[in-house]
Amino acid sequence: MAARPELMDYDKALEMFEPVVGFEVHVELSTATKMFSDAPNEFGGEPNTNITPVDLGLPGSLPVVNGQAVKYAISLGLALGCSIAPTSRFARKNYFYPDLAKNYQISQSDEPIAFEGSVEVEMPDGTLFTVPVERAHMEEDAGKLTHVGGSTGRIQGAEYSLVDYNRAGVPLVEIVTHPIIGAEALAPELGAAYVETIRDIVRGLGISEARMERGNLRCDANISLRPRGQEKLGTRTETKNVNSFRAVERAIRYEIQRQAAILAKGGTITQETRHWHEDTGRTSAGRPKSDADDYRYFPEPDLLPVEPSLELIQELRAALPESPAVMRRRLKAQWGFTDLEFQDVKNAGLLTEIVETVAAGSTPASARKWWTGEIARLANAAEVDASSLVEPSQLAELIALIDSGELTDRLARQVLEGVIAGEGTPAEVVEKRGLKVVSDDGALIAAIDEALASQPDVLEKIRDGKVQAAGAVIGAVMKAMKGQADAARVRELVLERAQA
Amino acid sequence: MTDLIHLSAADLASKLQSREVSSVEATKAHLDRIAGVDGDVHAFLHVNAGALATAKSIDERRAAGETLGELAGVPIAVKDVLCTIGMPSTSGSKILEGWIPPYDATAVAKVRAAGLVPLGKTNMDEFAMGSSTEFSAYGPTHNPWNLDRIPGGSGGGSAAAVAAFEAPLALGSDTGGSIRQPGAVTGTVGVKPTYGSVSRYGAIALASSLDQIGPVSRTVLDSALLHDVIKGHDPRDSTSLRDEWPSFADAARAGLAPGSLQGVKVGIVRELNGDGFQAGVKARFADAVALLTAAGAEIVEVSAPSFEYAISAYYLILPAEASSNLAKFDSVRFGLRVTPEGGGTVEQVMAATREQGFGPEVKRRIILGTYALSAGYYDAYYGSAQKVRTLVQRDFSRLFDEVDVLISPSAPTTAFPIGEKIDDPLAMYLNDLTTIPANLAGIPGLSLPMGLADEDGLPTGIQLMAPAREDARLYTYGAALEQLFESTWGHTLISKAPSLSVSEQSAATEGVV
Repeated sequence: MAARPELMDYDKALEMFEPVVGFEVHVELSTATKMFSDAPNEFGGEPNTNITPVDLGLPGSLPVVNGQAVKYAISLGLALGCSIAPTSRFARKNYFYPDLAKNYQISQSDEPIAFEGSVEVEMPDGTLFTVPVERAHMEEDAGKLTHVGGSTGRIQGAEYSLVDYNRAGVPLVEIVTHPIIGAEALAPELGAAYVETIRDIVRGLGISEARMERGNLRCDANISLRPRGQEKLGTRTETKNVNSFRAVERAIRYEIQRQAAILAKGGTITQETRHWHEDTGRTSAGRPKSDADDYRYFPEPDLLPVEPSLELIQELRAALPESPAVMRRRLKAQWGFTDLEFQDVKNAGLLTEIVETVAAGSTPASARKWWTGEIARLANAAEVDASSLVEPSQLAELIALIDSGELTDRLARQVLEGVIAGEGTPAEVVEKRGLKVVSDDGALIAAIDEALASQPDVLEKIRDGKVQAAGAVIGAVMKAMKGQADAARVRELVLERAQA
Repeated sequence: MTDLIHLSAADLASKLQSREVSSVEATKAHLDRIAGVDGDVHAFLHVNAGALATAKSIDERRAAGETLGELAGVPIAVKDVLCTIGMPSTSGSKILEGWIPPYDATAVAKVRAAGLVPLGKTNMDEFAMGSSTEFSAYGPTHNPWNLDRIPGGSGGGSAAAVAAFEAPLALGSDTGGSIRQPGAVTGTVGVKPTYGSVSRYGAIALASSLDQIGPVSRTVLDSALLHDVIKGHDPRDSTSLRDEWPSFADAARAGLAPGSLQGVKVGIVRELNGDGFQAGVKARFADAVALLTAAGAEIVEVSAPSFEYAISAYYLILPAEASSNLAKFDSVRFGLRVTPEGGGTVEQVMAATREQGFGPEVKRRIILGTYALSAGYYDAYYGSAQKVRTLVQRDFSRLFDEVDVLISPSAPTTAFPIGEKIDDPLAMYLNDLTTIPANLAGIPGLSLPMGLADEDGLPTGIQLMAPAREDARLYTYGAALEQLFESTWGHTLISKAPSLSVSEQSAATEGVV
């Protein structure tokens, strides 16, 4: 293991250098079939089952463009404010790797379907930052390698590797930004906010599951520093494997500190890919990457140019949903949150979760309470995104159980833990853990009578108007019910019995 | 029985339709012929053990009154470049030795659906790279006219099979002349259809933008009949055309009507009849021009200046595409796997497999193509070649404004001796001088026998070229010219092919039913 790299204090790094960032975000499209074959585009599954001769690159097989994927790509391009090319072309990117069945990837190189747009990103303080988008292009995903026998799980040192081509040929759109200048100390936050905005856009379009933890949305972050006052951009690194908004932010911050330390000592930055390690919070050197990487691109002769009609483009433009910025204004009004409440929700990256929870039947207030409260707390402790812990529909079910009086807040927190632990739906967890509120008054009255009998003085005090004395009885009843009673109801019943 | 193998596909088909002959009899006759002569010719890499069973089922369906395709029951040979269920498909390479695809090429599926009986897979230059079939990893094919000569390439196996009466029909593929040049040197007919007229799905790709599947036969009408079977849009090949094609057989029959060449404007391409051409080829071509003139055709000499650069452009575009198409042969999913001694990384296994699995011409073109696509060289090589391609297309387009059809010799020479050019790639490449422009432009070309060269008594061929999508024109004028030649000679050319000695193996086979 390499020695822990030297890091410069963040504020000091910003004093000396200006950070420039750029992003390549890959979006897996949720089409029914793959980009160039009629194999199902499905997550998971037995290895090498969702494949056709095309996905395996068998001799004689030919690709055919998935029209739905092209429509999705156009919609995304339009949502990014891009121009849509009247003619775009696929090309072959040639390199040998066992997860690439044909040993070339069909991608778009110099003729992408969408080019030159911009994305308005809302910063944590509520200000807007415009991220310039260079292009969005279509391509196919590669298969998945599993390296067996090594200690690191990487190809170096492995005894053998297994290839699963289920993912090979899954349609992707890659969104590439221009270098982003001017975010300064907020560059890490901008990164997270940008990726989140892309997530919101593709979810709004309904063209991708867009779950970072599943790899539906993948971000490579390019980071470089230049000394204050210098025009020329510094040498960049490309950090991969940043699988959450939080990781994007941390990785950028880390690279700024790492690069600053090297540059301040007169060192040079190696142009390379770097691998983000969520556990250590560091990046490590990957493959050296130079602009001279030779992929021998040439136009894919097996496919015709993509030439969408103006009518189609107009139709897709007319069908675009509201942009995230417009949607935010609308939601704030609909939900009736205060500025601070809304800002908290947005900064926590939980807008979509609340939208979906409300759509599943909860009130905005209870959705907000749970996402920014208990779920955020658990996510923080586990160092993951809150959205990865629980489905909005599951939370809505949980809230419904509280509203109907079947669960108390305290019980609901236990149920939530069960849901997160994968024990099933809230109803199933309630059933399995036996966490239901005892709502049978008969059982409660029996317990109250028993408690009153053992504490006769309490009865006296209550009858004398010292109602707070009921607390002792309520405590005893709750204990007898193992906490699975509604304390308010117990209190009502105690007072009733005392007056009887 | 011997008579059956000498019939044209059209004549055999009508005997099958009238039930004068059964498909089993016809298939058996050809299997016997293969057993008798293929030891010397080596046109086949694989003979279909299921051929007689297929023939039997066709006979049964006919007996049951089922309506069958025009060619149902007629045997056919299939070039090994095409994927076939149940038969190895190697493209003439060791790297695919024994590989049996899980699917039929669309052209093969259409042939089967039309009731033709696949006899087996024919020999070819490895991955269709060559003009002599000497680059097959499984040994050369011999020209039935002279067994010491090459049968052309890459589809020497299909052409030789048809010329040696081992099959009345064959499927071929033509990337730069691989159907037409073998046709010329074996005295047979071969057609490269308009690019996109026949699906490429299941054809093991050489150069995707140039490859086209087409018919091989002994008569123009037979090629038309086979083209009718395999043509048409295929949703699995994005480059296949959506056109409604006319009946090519009808087009060929129309050519037999009197006066069908009257007033037809025929262009002779100056650049495709140059000084380097064999004297006997030039003499026969001059005869052909005289016949056409006598038949009322209007002959004009035309020039296509860009053709001078066509061969150079072709030998950049083809290797570039091939270098990428052949990258999939890496041992990971199918085909040969060679593990270096003591094991190795996946890259080392890939390298060892490709080192051992590919022959010298394939390696030469992969290296050439990789270089042509390299950063810094792309514009000078691949980019310039694509510009030449555009110029060739423009030249054709301009010429077809003036004439109905263009003609040239199909190949500069007759069949050369096996081994003569094997060590001289450039000399080998020049064999395709006349055929390459049609591939670069995507237009159709047809080669038919033009007579024997005086100096060596070997067949020569004449090429007809028409605008893209005008394949029918080739069949009409081709059939007319074929009729003109045969009435002038008083016989078909193929009837002058020497009869091959039939080995004893076939006598033994002939005893078995």
